[in-house]
Amino acid sequence: MQNLTQQVPLLFFGAVAGVAAMAAVGVVAFGSAIRSALCLVLNFFLLSILYFTLGSQTLGIIQIVVYTGAIMVLFLFVIMLLNLGGIKILHEKRDPRLILGGVLGLGLFALIATQILLPLQRVTQPRAAQDFGKPESLGVTLFSGYVWPFELASFLLLIGIVGSILLAKRRILPSERQEDSVRSLESGEVAG
Amino acid sequence: MNGVPLIFYLGLGLFMFTTGVVGVIIRRNPIVIFMCIELMLNAVNLTFLAFARYQPSVLVTNTDQLNASAMHGQMMVIFVMAVAAAEVAVGLGIIMAIFRLRDDIDIDELNLLRG
Repeated sequence: MQNLTQQVPLLFFGAVAGVAAMAAVGVVAFGSAIRSALCLVLNFFLLSILYFTLGSQTLGIIQIVVYTGAIMVLFLFVIMLLNLGGIKILHEKRDPRLILGGVLGLGLFALIATQILLPLQRVTQPRAAQDFGKPESLGVTLFSGYVWPFELASFLLLIGIVGSILLAKRRILPSERQEDSVRSLESGEVAG
Repeated sequence: MNGVPLIFYLGLGLFMFTTGVVGVIIRRNPIVIFMCIELMLNAVNLTFLAFARYQPSVLVTNTDQLNASAMHGQMMVIFVMAVAAAEVAVGLGIIMAIFRLRDDIDIDELNLLRG
């Protein structure tokens, strides 16, 4: 019985991580972009559960809000705007890249697994405090030692906002603008 | 949570990262390629958090140092998330602009920047 209760966290981790890994494969394997996006939502949600099991509750909540909430909604909006859902599925050609990608992925996996993961296989007990991820300590660190990177990140986000608006807006050429004004004059509308 | 070795978390992170790399190579839809990049960033975030919690370095023995380095790992995750948010906004803007220009987003057909 004692053995069984010790196994519970391991089983829980196995279930969550297994589904997360399958969702990650689904992102790559599904043909339509919208199914990939939904798999990615599932993966991010399960990752936030894993953040909770690691004791980092604040980042788990931020993960749900930022990734599952904001970023994936942005992805789904773009898929909807480009109308790629069911009609325009790109036909994936069977070309040598599939083999190349598989070989490269396996090589990368084997390399990192043998060089980094195997030396760490005896680490089983967490050494940081259980409540190392509570919002209070996170906020104190963010606004004391990391205040300049924080401000730089805010500038980065501001530039990102301006840049994405500039990229995504429809460019109005001078000739079109003249045509518009002529058209509005012809139809008797008073502009502005 | 006790009982789960560090290597399990790292293994999941490695698997997700490799899946993302393979997806970037083999897929042709730029939106799916962006999703694979997000997958890779999240794998790195998971690895950062696992290392921050387990602290496998034997050199760090002082409790204050331990707490400080645990916080540094979480700070990294926050900044990765901020950069990822900006990157997604700009990248999807670029995809929208290309789609408006060409009505086609097959990544293999794009050769505007060919020298």
